[in-house]
Amino acid sequence: MKYSSQAVAKPYFIAAVGLFVGQILFGLIMGLQYVVGDFLFPAIPFNVARMVHTNLLIVWLLFGFMGAAYYLVPEEAERELQSPRLALALFWIFLVAGVLTILGYLLVPYAGLAKLTGNAIWPTMGREFLEQPTITKLGIVVVALGFLFNIGMTILRGRKTAVSLVLLIGLTGLAVLFLFSLYNPTNLVEDKFYWWWVVHLWVEGVWELILGSILAFVLIKITGVDREVIEKWLYVIIAMTLITGVIGTGHHYYWIGTPGYWKWWGSIFSAMEPIPFFMMTVFAFNMVNRRRRNHPNKAATLWALGCAVMAFLGAGVWGFLHTLAPVNYYTHGTQITAAHGHMAFYGAYVMIVLTMISYAMPQLRGRVANNERAQVLEMWSFWLMTVSMVFITLFLTAAGILQVWLQRYSENPQPFMVVQEKLALFYWMREVAGLVFLLGLVLYVASFFVQGEEVQVVEGGTAEAAA
Amino acid sequence: MSGSFTKSMARNIFYGGSLFFVLLFLALTFDTQEAIPHRDAHQMITPQVALGKKVWEENDCIGCHTILGEGAYFAPELGNVYKRRGPAFIKAWIKSQPSGVHGRRQMPQFHLTDKELDALVAFFKYTSEIDTNHWPPNIQG
Ligand code: HEC
Ligand code: HEM
Ligand code: HEM
Ligand SMILES: [Fe+2]
Repeated sequence: MKYSSQAVAKPYFIAAVGLFVGQILFGLIMGLQYVVGDFLFPAIPFNVARMVHTNLLIVWLLFGFMGAAYYLVPEEAERELQSPRLALALFWIFLVAGVLTILGYLLVPYAGLAKLTGNAIWPTMGREFLEQPTITKLGIVVVALGFLFNIGMTILRGRKTAVSLVLLIGLTGLAVLFLFSLYNPTNLVEDKFYWWWVVHLWVEGVWELILGSILAFVLIKITGVDREVIEKWLYVIIAMTLITGVIGTGHHYYWIGTPGYWKWWGSIFSAMEPIPFFMMTVFAFNMVNRRRRNHPNKAATLWALGCAVMAFLGAGVWGFLHTLAPVNYYTHGTQITAAHGHMAFYGAYVMIVLTMISYAMPQLRGRVANNERAQVLEMWSFWLMTVSMVFITLFLTAAGILQVWLQRYSENPQPFMVVQEKLALFYWMREVAGLVFLLGLVLYVASFFVQGEEVQVVEGGTAEAAA
Repeated sequence: MSGSFTKSMARNIFYGGSLFFVLLFLALTFDTQEAIPHRDAHQMITPQVALGKKVWEENDCIGCHTILGEGAYFAPELGNVYKRRGPAFIKAWIKSQPSGVHGRRQMPQFHLTDKELDALVAFFKYTSEIDTNHWPPNIQG
């Protein structure tokens, strides 16, 4: 850690990991409800568990992005953060607002929460991923503005690098696009059309800029490869992201009442969306192979490489699988979608946040890298979580193929609920894989507490380990 | 990537390419806005349908169901439920939940008034008339 104000990243990372645990517990509840339909009913109906699961995911990823920005920006800008106090204040505001919203989901019936928070005045609730009360959404906007001010001023007054500029563009895009969550026309077609401006243009647009920037930062640090080379890659990757991904939004405009030409625009452009993810994988392996130093933080290197591979598999391969209109006609809104959603979110965004935490947290705790035993445990957790996520995806894909066949494609299409019962075996296996994921996560948390012999450090912090 | 291809060239591709495709996307958005009145069944959007959408949202039906294929995958598609089941069934169904069948997936009781139930039905009638390029493939959704 070179600047003392980078320390504000620490509470952000701790909150992120804490909420991550909550997310997975609710995922397991839902996974069980898929096969034991009345589990925890009526205390926690499925939709409530789902809101908690997905909203916790988004909130902890945002905590992770913000923590990453607070750590990375001072180092890139070569100056202290504009206002560490603002960063800490926003941390508590965001955490309290987030926790209150989740408690609202769990303790009050959703219709009651809508009434309580005055949804009738400005109705924005009850849409997938955007279930938060309007007041929470406004709170998120305020936090985002304060955050952008803090980061933006730091960059503006300091050294401007491609890494920090791309991060800033990504984060600004994130905040601006979120404003569309406040637009909810009665016309369902328009509602859906602009809903995707938040969801798609986030994960297949501006978030990829954030992902690329964090990955570039960590690769510069752990490989020591020339910044010029890494930043050139970064620009090419994110250029491909936006060139393909913006029009690629059309892969959600096939069946929601929008004109038929989107089948062409959406299919052609989204079919090219895997390109930037593929480049990211080549990039990461290339840089690690050309490394000029052996950074003692092996776990962070593993996360960085794993992230690039899994993002390509989840977003690139599993995305391509169902993105062409003639395929999507049958797979739209099935377990295939869920399979892709899980691996893509995990591979791209969960893993990039964990990469950053893995790199930065030891430094925030005053060492270049964790001790050997802690790193070994962290790497075990990497493999357990990653392999179990691969299996979750495979089981859901199998379920999805059967579902498409029985419900949509065969001669005598069967009703939804009849088909679901036939998929029970796959849902059970998904639940088992989910338990392994939880085990990996527990080990991950435990790895922060493992004591051991300090890694030797040559002066300058990130130089070679004394070997 | 090396040689004559420089970082500033890469940066220019990023800014130029992104700007171009964002503008193209906005143009397509404009065209879509012009085109959807012919497909979105908006003539059916009455105050009752608007109330139906509000009931739909304020009870988070999307947390279990899909509508036009978007939402959760736990319970049946409802965009075409009006055509699959008809108005009387829909109302009777919602009133009679939860089924309480042991081990079966459960839908909560929402305590809706008759007015709200009729509004939901009107909403489903509207969604079933949206031109979705013939999706879903069959009535099962
Ligand atoms: C907690 C999950 C959950 C929520 C929330 C939920 N449902 Fe359901 N719904 C279900 C399940 C599960 C079924 C199928 C149950 C069965 O077949 O036994 C179902 C079935 C239905 C059906 C019958 C569909 C058919 O084709 O047979 C209708 C209509 C329906 N729900 C309407 C609604 C409406 C309207 C709302 C919101 C006010 C809603 N549901 C909210 C879980 C839910
Ligand atoms: C990291 C990047 C990505 C993430 C996090 C992600 C995540 C998701 C999620 C969560 C959904 C479900 C949305 C819903 O609930 O309706 C979804 C849908 C979809 N994604 Fe992705 N995705 C990513 C990249 C991609 C890419 C690169 C492609 C194409 C090559 C793609 C193709 C699709 C398609 C076609 C759907 C619609 C599925 C349907 O019709 O039901 N995604 N994505
Ligand atoms: C880091 C790990 C995880 C991530 C990133 C994640 C992400 C998501 C996302 C994005 C959705 C919305 C899906 C969509 O609309 O397509 C979702 C839904 C869901 N998740 Fe997860 N999840 C994770 C782990 C788990 C685990 C471990 C389980 C259980 C074993 C689980 C079970 C579910 C279930 C049952 C749904 C609901 C699907 C539906 O709508 O029917 N998740 N998750
Ligand atoms: Fe998309």
